[in-house]
Amino acid sequence: MIRFEAVTKRYPDGTVAVDSLDLTAPSGQITVLVGPSGCGKTTSLRMINRMIEPTAGRIWLDDRDTAAVAPHELRRGIGYVIQHAGLFPHRTVVDNVATVPVLLGASRREARKKALGLLDLVGLPAHFADRYPAQLSGGQQQRVGVARALAADPPVMLMDEPFSAVDPVVRDQLQNEFLRLQGELGKTIVFVTHDIDEAIKLGDQVAVLRVGGVLAQLAPPGELLARPADSFVAGFVGRDRGYRALGFTAAGELPLRDERPVALGSVATGTDEPWALVVDADNRPLGWVVVPSGGALTVTEAALNLGGTLAPTGGSLRAALDAALSSPSGRGVVVHEDGTLAGTVTASEVLARIEAGRAAATP
Amino acid sequence: MSNVWEYFRDHQDDVLSWTWTTVWLAAVPLVVGLLLALPLGWLANRHRWSYPPLVTAAGLLYTVPSLVLFLVLPGILGTKILDTLNVAVALTVYTFALLVRTVADGLNSVEQQTLAAADAMGYTSRQRFFGVQLPLAVPVIGAGLRVAAVSNVSLISVASIIGVPQLGSLFIIGNTNSQLTPILLGLILIVALALVFDVVILGGIRLLTPWRRA
Amino acid sequence: MSLLPTDNDLPGLGRATIWLNDPQNWWGESGLLARIREHLLYTLIAVALAALIAVPLGLLVGHTGRGAGLVGAIAGGIRAVPSLGLVVLLVVWISPHIHTIDEIPGLIRRGGLPYLVPVLIVLVALAIPPLLTSTYAGVQAVDPVVRDAAKGMGMTGAQVVRKVEIPIALPLMLSGLRSATLQVLATATVAAFVPFLGGLGRFIKDGTGRLFDLQYGYPAMVGAGIVVAVLAVVVDGLLYLVQRLAVSPGLRPQGRKK
Repeated sequence: MIRFEAVTKRYPDGTVAVDSLDLTAPSGQITVLVGPSGCGKTTSLRMINRMIEPTAGRIWLDDRDTAAVAPHELRRGIGYVIQHAGLFPHRTVVDNVATVPVLLGASRREARKKALGLLDLVGLPAHFADRYPAQLSGGQQQRVGVARALAADPPVMLMDEPFSAVDPVVRDQLQNEFLRLQGELGKTIVFVTHDIDEAIKLGDQVAVLRVGGVLAQLAPPGELLARPADSFVAGFVGRDRGYRALGFTAAGELPLRDERPVALGSVATGTDEPWALVVDADNRPLGWVVVPSGGALTVTEAALNLGGTLAPTGGSLRAALDAALSSPSGRGVVVHEDGTLAGTVTASEVLARIEAGRAAATP
Repeated sequence: MSNVWEYFRDHQDDVLSWTWTTVWLAAVPLVVGLLLALPLGWLANRHRWSYPPLVTAAGLLYTVPSLVLFLVLPGILGTKILDTLNVAVALTVYTFALLVRTVADGLNSVEQQTLAAADAMGYTSRQRFFGVQLPLAVPVIGAGLRVAAVSNVSLISVASIIGVPQLGSLFIIGNTNSQLTPILLGLILIVALALVFDVVILGGIRLLTPWRRA
Repeated sequence: MSLLPTDNDLPGLGRATIWLNDPQNWWGESGLLARIREHLLYTLIAVALAALIAVPLGLLVGHTGRGAGLVGAIAGGIRAVPSLGLVVLLVVWISPHIHTIDEIPGLIRRGGLPYLVPVLIVLVALAIPPLLTSTYAGVQAVDPVVRDAAKGMGMTGAQVVRKVEIPIALPLMLSGLRSATLQVLATATVAAFVPFLGGLGRFIKDGTGRLFDLQYGYPAMVGAGIVVAVLAVVVDGLLYLVQRLAVSPGLRPQGRKK
């Protein structure tokens, strides 16, 4: 657990970056610090491992005062991941990851062995081990950065906008993998980002900071969306709150209707329903086709409409609603965990479920 | 200190003539060396493959010690060793060798985006070179020119070993007669001269790059 | 062998090749080989001493970021002082105060120490600017993000310098070493202006009085000059190889592979 106790950072020219912050980041959870530029989120993060020294107040790591330990010793027990990774360009990937264990006294061979295991954990193939950072893409470098932070198995990890410097597709992948990793490892993580969507997606709890380092609200993401503490938080969280909040509510048992799919390559005959769902040999949805009424159509790949998204059974209301809205036929495709077709649902059915949920929740 | 001033007054004519020799021996090679280096530097920048061989060749030229060049040139040029032309040519070779790399690096330092914008606006390659690339390369080239100027001024004094009359001769006199005064005078004048060149070139750079002052 | 009509009566450059081919000129106490050895020794000592001063200073200034202006001023100032003048100044000024000792074999003859010291001082002073500026620039050029990561991982200041900054700054530092070595090698020829000193400049100085002598005059001067030039090129080439070998392959500019 990390606890901020009236922590203040004031600079000699008078600027107050962090103003008497009280905050607790629970063990084993991801706490996200988010806010506009100048809100002191990075400063607060860097005060945890004393890259910046607080002017007043104390920071507790479990029951130890961080000020009581020598800084470099403190840091060897904390994983630190930053934007652009900061990999050592003169060392190979595996040696980069092995850095902290070696600093702590492990033999190079042991450290390298552990490093290879970590590379696998973060999803990098083994042949990357002997490459140099300059040969890796941005996303790959970030993964190495994460592996490096994990190498000494620290209970605490500090992450400063680690996924901001990569493109949105890679960022999404990295975020998902990060969540999977945290599911396996359960570290205490403090994560800084300026992106409210990232905060909501990753955080177990989110701390919104105001300019000048004042805590505006500390709450789990669902609550943040549903009940922002004041107009600043409401404005920062932004529009589409209602829609985003749906992402936090499980859809539960949706009324799925049977869909009669057609197989790829077969000939479909027209019915009064213009759209037909196309599946592959394993009954996995591939897309939709328009079959002319009264006519026949050979289902080819070129004819497929790929517009709809897929909602998992047991997923959120948001996924279900999006599947329904994006589907060209108006019927959202719901799939089992293995990707096979479960059934379809319409937008009005999902909305009815939402309304029912609201009615049940209202006191 | 007053000794030095007295010495200067006693030998005013000689010292002034030597000073004048030193000045033009430093200045002319700078100008000529730069003019010669520009086309080659342009070449090294324009055609990337030519950069390594050109810069290496220039580097090799630069490694030849000054004294050696002062010696060999009479053999090639057919001039007398004591001829100041020797020294001038040798210094031109050095300045040229140093500046080829500097010019190439200076031209390289101009961002691709800026050059692309110039192309897109319809500049011919010649207009782009003289109107955009060269002016923007002035800071880097100017810095190299300053180094060349200062080095040249002190290199000239080496020529006194082979007897060429310039400010370095003061050192020979001081050494022969074990007198400190002419040596000090020589040092003061040469360092002052180097400083003057440095300031003048710096001023030139400032003049040519008004956007940096804004 | 000249481009312009000869009016200098000097023995032609072809004579220099003859001189170089004469084995008599290579062996013996004052032969080319001995002089080459002395020359290289002076260079080595001067560069090593200069590195001892310049590299720690450059690392300190680069790592802490303080004193950058001072570095620039020192480097520029030293470059402006003519080496010959400085040598002569020191010889006239301090040599009389150094008491002669016996010879240091291979380095300096008997009676030579008072003259060696000023020369070494000047050579060291000459080598400091390139070493200092390149070390400083190399450390400065280390990506601040990498430095931040190193500190954040718990490296002490000294560890950051040793394990991160020096290896990354190495290419620039070595290029400064090359520059310094070349400067010193070249200026060591001037060292022979001073009595008792060896080195290849001896041939040049001794020849000025008797230009037309085929054994010790112009041909010898040019011959020695050629040897210096070749030596410079060879030493530069060796240092270039050192640079290639010592620098981590990760620091070379590469194309990206995914």
